[in-house]
Amino acid sequence: MFRATLKSLLSRKLRLTLSAFAVVLGVMFVAGSIVMTSSMAKSFDAMFQGINKNIDVQVTAKPKLENSGSDTASALIPASEIAKIESAPGVAKATANVFADGARVIGKDGKVAPSFAPRFGSNWTGEDDLIQLREGRGPNAPNEVVVDASIAKALNFKVGDTIGILTLQPKKEFTLVGIFGYSGDRDTLGGSQVVAWQLPVAQELMLGQKDVYTDVQLQADDGVSQTELKKTIEGVLGSGYTVQTRDEVNEANSQDIQQALSFVNYIFLGFAGVALFVGIFLILNTFSMLVAQRTRELALYRAMGAARGQVIRSVLFEALVIGVIASVVGLLFGIGIGFALGSVFSNFGGANIDLQLTVPLSAIIASFVVGIGVTLVAALFPAVRASRIPPIAAMRDAATPDKPLTKITSIGGAIFIVGGALMAWGLTENGSLWALLGGVLLVFIGVALLTPIVSRPIVSVIGRIFAWSVPGQLGRRNSARNPRRTAITAAALMVSIALVTGVSTIVASASKSISSAVGDQLNAELIVSGQQTGPQPPTFDVATLDKMEQAEGVDKVAAFYVGPAQINNKQSYLAAASDPAATRELIGLKVKSGEIDRIGPNQIVVDEDTAKDQRLSVGDQVPVQQVKGGAENYEIVGVYEQNDAFSGFMAGEDAAKNFQVAQPAQAFVKVEDGASVKDVEAEIKTLLADSPEVNVQDQSAFIDQITGQFDTILTFVQILLALAILIAILGIVNTLALSVIERTRELGLLRAIGLRRSQTTRMITVESVVISVFGALLGIVVGVGLGAAVVQALKSQGLSEFALPWGQMGTYLVLSVFVGVIAALLPALRAARLNVLAAISYE
Amino acid sequence: MTTPMTDSSTADATGSTAAARAVDVWKVYGTTEDTRVNALAGVSAEFERGKFTAIMGPSGSGKSTLMHCLAGLDSISRGEVWIGGTRVDTLGDKGLTLLRREKVGFIFQQFNLLPTLTAEENILLPLNIGKRKPDPEWMATVIKTVGLGDRLKHRPTQLSGGQQQRVACARALVSKPDVVFADEPTGNLDSRSGAEVLQFLQNSVRDFGQTIVMVTHDPNAASYADRVVFLADGQIVDEIFEPTSDRVLEKMKTLDTFGAA
Repeated sequence: MFRATLKSLLSRKLRLTLSAFAVVLGVMFVAGSIVMTSSMAKSFDAMFQGINKNIDVQVTAKPKLENSGSDTASALIPASEIAKIESAPGVAKATANVFADGARVIGKDGKVAPSFAPRFGSNWTGEDDLIQLREGRGPNAPNEVVVDASIAKALNFKVGDTIGILTLQPKKEFTLVGIFGYSGDRDTLGGSQVVAWQLPVAQELMLGQKDVYTDVQLQADDGVSQTELKKTIEGVLGSGYTVQTRDEVNEANSQDIQQALSFVNYIFLGFAGVALFVGIFLILNTFSMLVAQRTRELALYRAMGAARGQVIRSVLFEALVIGVIASVVGLLFGIGIGFALGSVFSNFGGANIDLQLTVPLSAIIASFVVGIGVTLVAALFPAVRASRIPPIAAMRDAATPDKPLTKITSIGGAIFIVGGALMAWGLTENGSLWALLGGVLLVFIGVALLTPIVSRPIVSVIGRIFAWSVPGQLGRRNSARNPRRTAITAAALMVSIALVTGVSTIVASASKSISSAVGDQLNAELIVSGQQTGPQPPTFDVATLDKMEQAEGVDKVAAFYVGPAQINNKQSYLAAASDPAATRELIGLKVKSGEIDRIGPNQIVVDEDTAKDQRLSVGDQVPVQQVKGGAENYEIVGVYEQNDAFSGFMAGEDAAKNFQVAQPAQAFVKVEDGASVKDVEAEIKTLLADSPEVNVQDQSAFIDQITGQFDTILTFVQILLALAILIAILGIVNTLALSVIERTRELGLLRAIGLRRSQTTRMITVESVVISVFGALLGIVVGVGLGAAVVQALKSQGLSEFALPWGQMGTYLVLSVFVGVIAALLPALRAARLNVLAAISYE
Repeated sequence: MTTPMTDSSTADATGSTAAARAVDVWKVYGTTEDTRVNALAGVSAEFERGKFTAIMGPSGSGKSTLMHCLAGLDSISRGEVWIGGTRVDTLGDKGLTLLRREKVGFIFQQFNLLPTLTAEENILLPLNIGKRKPDPEWMATVIKTVGLGDRLKHRPTQLSGGQQQRVACARALVSKPDVVFADEPTGNLDSRSGAEVLQFLQNSVRDFGQTIVMVTHDPNAASYADRVVFLADGQIVDEIFEPTSDRVLEKMKTLDTFGAA
């Protein structure tokens, strides 16, 4: 029987190839993500092992705040400790370094070059077997700097140029005296940018203190093992330091890299998820149609004594073969795409990393589990249906009557309700993201099962739009002929359009909420701010703040310093206001209790909800640990009302000194009555010329800047949509192609009684467009529903307004018409080319 | 082990040794008084082992329904159906599957060959499904009788209609079933090909003792049988032994007037 199955499989290669395509894509993304990240991780490991090969033990200080990112400036080793380390037994050589993230080089256009990797500022230790000067010399004076070749190339700097750099301090200018690269003709190590000064300069700019270091690298005396030396040093130093052997350093570096690469994994797995979920519909539909077409053949098996189990197994065996082939092809493509992307990433900016292709066993296992699993699951229902074909169907002319839709509708309704409930729970505070995603998945399945019952009336209405000619009417009737088939085909498109409409609805609502919050609450005409691109927030010179306040036409300025802090034993963010009274007025804060206009040293105010959550009230003391300095107790002097523009802890200007960057990050400017906002904006712009990471904007530009961050999400979701639409098109092509084959005799008859080729084509196209518009409409409705649910649930968290993305919804609807036309091309061509005589006698 | 079937060569509970038997079989469609149709109205008949029986009757007489019920393909409303010593109408899906696998063979009007398999593979399909080994001697005999020796590796589309139906006949015989049910086996064939197929069926009864029950509306086809049973309005109205096509035609004419009356 397997032989018969295999042979019938081979005779339907093309159809099955189409349906397997979705699985191939899904598996490709799964395998691609694993191959790329593990290849890159392995290459980075090799790179770090090369860099660290002369270190036996490394000492770093423990940061004062846990999980606060790479705040190396807070974890410093004073010179006195270095002396202790040097004199410890077993130490052959100790090298103390300054190496901290946050040295931002300003390009010739006055802007900071964007970077996806850290931008280190360091002390120049001279050439060694890793670092090699390509041009010039090392820095010999406080105003001299060297940069690595990746910076010089990207920003087009030459030795002798003047170069501006932002560090913990505002822009400072240096003379470029040398350009260095790394062994192996590398311009950068893994994309990082490095600038180096004389030691005291590096300490001052990168660490903000004299005579401190970020790390000490030790070489052991002969005969002293790494572990022995580590023990010795741990004894010499207290518990405030981390001592690691070379292996431990390599391991830690390797984990950092894997962490950094994990976002790529999430993106890829997102793609895989969508491809596979939509693919399930495609496979389900294909198998359902194949089973329907093979009714006679399957009934024959049963008439000759095949058991139900054998029929199920024969359909599943077919699915297994497809799953295996799709997995293998997907895996191969995945390896290719993973390696290609890995090569692109690892050679970015002259990194010249030698990418080592790694195909871990997990990639192979995941590919097969996912590919075969998805195919089998999708084929399960058609297989069970196949087994229910009575043997007598071999005698009669097929056409088993359509079963009533009550069962599938009630099951769909139940799944929809369970999914909705799970989603609702997932959106509450106790719920998890998984509950939310699971709920959304169930809602989709529920809607897909409910689709057949709604398809008849809706398809008939949509069809009417196209039914002004005979071919149009025929096409409309055809699309209403088999509601299950139409429904499942449309469901693939429904899922993708629902996803993107849902996200668009949330984004539109968020944008509207933000702009109404900003518009209603903000009493400032101009806002100075920037977007964070590294470990430190974008800041501007504190000296500019005074100049701003004194500028002509400026009434008031309220500025903030920001940074991470541990407050009341919770990881959180602290804002320090330059002028609390102005802040209250310009941001539109209202006092709930206590006082928020005057915040002295060691005093703090907080919003209503946070106070309630942490059971804090005016007069309470809370411990605050910032990046610098020790833990201090702050007294709560005021609580302000909950609002959409600002929340969290706010201290006075005195707290600013303990932030890593003691520069203001944001300022709100109120313009004097009668003064021109445009003029003041221009004036402030000139004042900020040396602070390229921030800019001044009016309210509408500020709103655009904030909501512009959502564009990234939207773009990502739209790429997902494109992928899903591709699969949905394949689904429609598949359905139509099979329908054309099924109706060969009917098509021949229509042609015989005078339907022209062009009319045949139009008939098929109308059928296709009706299915696809139906799918898009359903998707838009479901997407708006999902979006509305999320917006409703997040009402208390600032999503106060609900808005519909009309423009996008319209676009998707128009897009669906094109999808329908494209999908109809091949099947329509095939139908039009049918030989009339052969078609009529077709069985 | 748990098969509900007993050895079919032994007599059933009533002592009959017929290959297939219907006892007061009713097949009623529709539930309300107005829509009720008696497709079979108390049919009792025995189909003797080693004989070729034809079931005839005008359209709508219930001849196909009777065959479907005898073969366990369709359920009955009342009565009993036996194949050998096995009561068919009370069997579940598993029992019916085993019955079809081991005791029954089918020949269809539309041939129903799998286009993707060769003639030989089609013939062996029932054995493959039941995971049984073909008996090479019997296989050779069947193939020789069907006269397809040189065309075994051909696909159905490369064979003529008559050849295709002979492959289907070989397929029905290869598992040595107790009864072969043939549903209008010559309905899709020209008279010469039809004659070949009928000759083959007749030979398999005479030479190998095969039992065949054939539904047909063609008097000429019925003349190859040992006995013809006539159905009208769901009841057996007559039978002829050792039929000739003229006698069958004569009988059919009276039945048509009988049906019209």
